[in-house]
Amino acid sequence: MDTHPRKLLVIIAEAALEKALVADARRLGAQGYTVHDVRGGGRGGTREGDWEADRSVEMKIIATEAVAEAIARHVLATYCADYSVTMFIADAQVLRPEKFS
Amino acid sequence: MVARSGYTSRELRPAPTALLPDPLVLFFLLGLSARLLRSDLKVPEALYEALALYLLLAIGLKGGVELASHPLDGLGAQVAGSLALGFATPVVAFAVLRFAGRLPVADSASIAGHYGSVSVVTFAVATGWLASRGIAHEPYMALFVALLEVPGILVGIALARLHAPGRVAWGRLAHEVFLGKGIVLLIGGLAIGWAAGPERFTALKPLFVDLFKGVLAIFLLEMGLVVASQLRDLRRGGAFLPAFAIAAPVAFGAAGAWAGAGLGFSVGGAAILATLAASASYIAAPTAMRIAIPEASPALSLTAALGITFPFNIIVGIPLYHRFAAAAAA
Repeated sequence: MDTHPRKLLVIIAEAALEKALVADARRLGAQGYTVHDVRGGGRGGTREGDWEADRSVEMKIIATEAVAEAIARHVLATYCADYSVTMFIADAQVLRPEKFS
Repeated sequence: MVARSGYTSRELRPAPTALLPDPLVLFFLLGLSARLLRSDLKVPEALYEALALYLLLAIGLKGGVELASHPLDGLGAQVAGSLALGFATPVVAFAVLRFAGRLPVADSASIAGHYGSVSVVTFAVATGWLASRGIAHEPYMALFVALLEVPGILVGIALARLHAPGRVAWGRLAHEVFLGKGIVLLIGGLAIGWAAGPERFTALKPLFVDLFKGVLAIFLLEMGLVVASQLRDLRRGGAFLPAFAIAAPVAFGAAGAWAGAGLGFSVGGAAILATLAASASYIAAPTAMRIAIPEASPALSLTAALGITFPFNIIVGIPLYHRFAAAAAA
């Protein structure tokens, strides 16, 4: 089967950022994205997701390396100082490259 | 059960349970204790959302039906006076936090915004408290919940940006504030209730009026769980914030009671206005503040508003504000 290399960018952040993150990702070239509601904890405490201000989301974007890095750089510069954000980039293999150009 | 001597024990003295707080408060305390004791009790997120939607809609509808059937003499002055109160309380809160508490500008402004806005659940508990004691109030008080939700948030953001200019996307923010679910459901409910009027509302009454207290009870159980989680952050801060979180509602409650009496509200109505002035938002304000003042710590404002002020208001505050209102009327 033919596969094509892309990057999977995963951003876990406060739910308050969801709309902004979606807009930023679109603007910086992501063709699509997926968002889940999640809960978890880290050095800053736990986020149980019981109510509005305690919610977290996980956003997944599959894109070319350039687009994934541009979004990651923007998120680092814009949100990481003041908001709880966890982010990583992983290799992914896609079957239909035109969806993630 | 009839006692052997031929009379029931209830005739002799009130049942000892009469001394306990309202059942609504007991539901809150049950949630609080369950989380503090690390029970696995959890209210599903979807249910929490559904109950919040129901409460906001029911409060709006009831207020709207009453607006349709009551003369509205003097309502203009009451609206203007309440709005003035809504703009004044966050300014005072900011000054106290900034200069007495020496908190950073961003945190002072964010906390002031929370206290300037209102808590819908505290309002619902206050109306229940008054109703169970047979104390009448202006039936259209839900209108003031909707009116007073916004000014505090706007003042909080403006104060933060006056002192530390930064980019505020006012368009996005206005969308967030005015089209948040609280305002949409309250205003929408008011409009539908007003358009329906008392007679056509009868069909909706079993759901939105008769079941209200039961739903509120389950919601308060969840609030107990949430407040208990919030209390974990309390240990981190100093003594100033907890003191503020109790002094501010008492001071704003007194201001609301006297303003209410001055604006011609009944004792019950003034008690509700006082409760609104004393309450702090934990639904609309946190989201708006998080977007508009990112550098403010959400832990500080939520610990104060939700961890301390909310339980204080529903357990101690509401009866106190009713006393203030009675004193102001006298």
